[in-house]
Amino acid sequence: MQTKLTINAQAHTLEADTRTTLLDALRFHLGLTGTKKGCDHGQCGACTVLINGRRINSCLTLACMHDGDEITTIEGLGTPEAMSTLQRAFVEQDGFQCGYCTPGQICSATAMLDEIKAGWPSHVSDDLLADPDLSDIEIGERMSGNLCRCSAYPNIVDAIRDAAGTDSA
Amino acid sequence: MTAHLKMDKPDHRHRLDHMAQGVIGQPLDRPEGPLKVTGTATYAHEWQVAGMCHGVLARASGIGPVIRSDAEVVLAMPGVLAVITDERLLRNPAQGTADAAPVQGTDIAAYVGQPVALVVAETFEQARHGAQRLGLIIDVDDMAVTDPETAVLETPKGKQHSQGNLAAAMANAAHSVDVTYRTPAHSSAAMEPHAAIAMWDGDMLTLRGSYQMLKYNRNELADSLGVSPENVRILSPYVGGGFGAKLGIAPEAVAAAIAAQKLGRPVAVALTRQQVFETTMRRSETRQRVRLSLDEGGQLTGIGHDAWVSNLPDESFSEPVTQATRFLYAGDNREIGHHIARVHRTCAGSVRAPGEAVGVTVLENAMDELAHVAGIDPVELRKRNIPDRDPETGKPFSSRRFAEALDRGAERFGWSERRAPGTRREGEWLIGIGMASAARVNALMESKARVTLNPDGRAVVETDMTDIGTGTYAILTQIAAEMLGLPVNQVSTSLGDTDFPSAAGSGGSWGAASSGTSVFLACENLRSQLAQRLDCAEADMTLKDGQAVFDNRVQSLSDILDGDSLTAEGHIEPGATSEAVRQATFGAYFAEVAVSAVTGETRVRRMLGVFSAGRILNAKTARSQFLGGMTFGVGMALTEELVHDPRDGHIVNHDLAEYHLAVNADVPQIEVEFLEERDDWASPLQAKGVGELGICGAAAAITNAIFNATNVRVRDYPATLDKIIAHL
Repeated sequence: MQTKLTINAQAHTLEADTRTTLLDALRFHLGLTGTKKGCDHGQCGACTVLINGRRINSCLTLACMHDGDEITTIEGLGTPEAMSTLQRAFVEQDGFQCGYCTPGQICSATAMLDEIKAGWPSHVSDDLLADPDLSDIEIGERMSGNLCRCSAYPNIVDAIRDAAGTDSA
Repeated sequence: MTAHLKMDKPDHRHRLDHMAQGVIGQPLDRPEGPLKVTGTATYAHEWQVAGMCHGVLARASGIGPVIRSDAEVVLAMPGVLAVITDERLLRNPAQGTADAAPVQGTDIAAYVGQPVALVVAETFEQARHGAQRLGLIIDVDDMAVTDPETAVLETPKGKQHSQGNLAAAMANAAHSVDVTYRTPAHSSAAMEPHAAIAMWDGDMLTLRGSYQMLKYNRNELADSLGVSPENVRILSPYVGGGFGAKLGIAPEAVAAAIAAQKLGRPVAVALTRQQVFETTMRRSETRQRVRLSLDEGGQLTGIGHDAWVSNLPDESFSEPVTQATRFLYAGDNREIGHHIARVHRTCAGSVRAPGEAVGVTVLENAMDELAHVAGIDPVELRKRNIPDRDPETGKPFSSRRFAEALDRGAERFGWSERRAPGTRREGEWLIGIGMASAARVNALMESKARVTLNPDGRAVVETDMTDIGTGTYAILTQIAAEMLGLPVNQVSTSLGDTDFPSAAGSGGSWGAASSGTSVFLACENLRSQLAQRLDCAEADMTLKDGQAVFDNRVQSLSDILDGDSLTAEGHIEPGATSEAVRQATFGAYFAEVAVSAVTGETRVRRMLGVFSAGRILNAKTARSQFLGGMTFGVGMALTEELVHDPRDGHIVNHDLAEYHLAVNADVPQIEVEFLEERDDWASPLQAKGVGELGICGAAAAITNAIFNATNVRVRDYPATLDKIIAHL
């Protein structure tokens, strides 16, 4: 089946099985292996990408459902020579070890910071109507869909806080 | 040129302290970091190989002989290229450092989930459909024993120890405890599922995989296939976590290699997450009985630690639960027991810190219980019982700042504010603090590396050592930079290719000291070669920032090299220092928990670890290793548990939704501190292992804190809310 996708501002025409997940389309068909497969069941977050600016587990959605959508993967956020603010903060704070969950963490954090800016509350927000703070507890809660078995969590929180330009709280 | 050293004597030179570059130990960023954060580091299943097809393993749904399959139906499905049932397929992965094939064959399923066939197709979706469709008829063996509690036990003579008279010590003790704890099976659950891409060029096999110990893995793969190791090359430049699960060659590698040979095409095989749980190593569940006897003065007179663990038939590994009990504390009367149940469950093998992860944890719970009944402060009880020498062998310790770690941790954490159990409450939350000691054996293993100084003065490090997130790229770069007087950006390190000199591999916490020493030795040799060109003694030459300073002169490396490149291979072998002294790493954990009086839920509020582990090679990556280890401890204490179905032993919770790792919200801002230390016996780097020490007792600090908060002892890990709420 043919699907037209815009990935990292580039137009792609995908010819793939209807059973092909967006994750497998990226990895096997388009050579974009920065997006990782950790569980294939939406349980670990390693495959997180942005669709029209919002984070999604790309293993839980079929590629053919995204005709016309704009997709951003880790490769679209920065390159080794020109890293995004978050990517650089992850390197400096050692917000990873093996690196396998990292693209998902960074895509997730990128969208999460936008969600905070847009005033979305979370499970730990005291006031659902107030603008949420970027506290450690808010970051931890909002990033808990992204597992890291190397357990760089404290450093991930530091990196996100650094990138957002806020102090420890 | 080869620089060889057998570690027969301690190295008191501390050469890394006398170099001029000043990068060793520094908290430098990982050199491969920019690749990892941009998705450009290439893991096993990500190589874009022309003509590659996909294989998916099919699993046995029962235990017993595999009578037949309807392969012809699957072969007729669109895209399916082959259904492979080859007697060389692996029953389970090789154990760490096995160096030979594990048990092979597909005729009999020894456990539920055993891979017994590979379906290969043009696309992943077609192969997955074929593997799901493949009907395997198994003559289920209802008599297969899957419960360790009812299995026949093996009690190997070499794994028992007795000295003095523990029964008498217990009978005469002023205070004693005799307690039994249970820990469930655990999964490494590395984020990258095992995967391999195999391709043949004539009789040469190239396998891109995700493994921890390539030197051994090449021999294991060759032996499994019945080919010569010289015909096998394995590449694992990036490994998405290991924690023991990728120590030995595993079913996907052998299956991919067989399929690629049969089809004459490259074949990729990745395990599903469920297969990672079912067919790679689990940490055995344990039952542990600890007996401790104390005299009036608070001195331990006896220690008994008996362990019951399990594994499949024909596996030599058994969880070495009591490994650190043998030297951590004093006491003249000692008994060690070790019993192995043979069960038809997923193979048991190494999961981060086999032995100490669960053994020190339970010992440290028992010590907390003893401190409580004796009315002695838990930190004080431990300090009073630090032995002068290894209490079994009488050997001295190589280096050990255990008492300082206990003191420093207590001071920094505010231990003196600890109150009597069950007396601190903040609204709904019961608050408590707890502590535990950390201990892990230390080892040096044979390892080789090649270092080349190019005419432009840049250095290249090459070894088949792996970086599984441990920081190998960073520390080998730093060692070479320090020894050769180069800024770190003038050194490039290439890893994970069996074409490079063979290394110790990542496991047993020995990787950094072993592979680091091989780089150190190669660099020492290069220094001699440079000094020879300068006609000065090596020790009189200072290397810094790409220049040599000698005899009041300065010359750049590129001038000295004069268009040549110099190369040296370093080769370290363990020697007499492994046996002459007791080598281990130590530390202390402190934790504060809040337990909900309403639900019994435990939240970890603060955690601190202070460690004594020799020279720290990179303060940033070492800290991350400890954060990771201690977080494994949080998981072990509160949530991690493989649940086996009592009927057939299969793992019920074989995915990340049901096997609960700690998530970001579960982990506070953990603090880590290293004590300055040099271990001259461990290696010429004076460094020891740090990858596992963070988990070796960490869970006990949390469960001891739960007791302090609630007066409830959970002796059956993990400390889930149901086990606490009933007693509140």
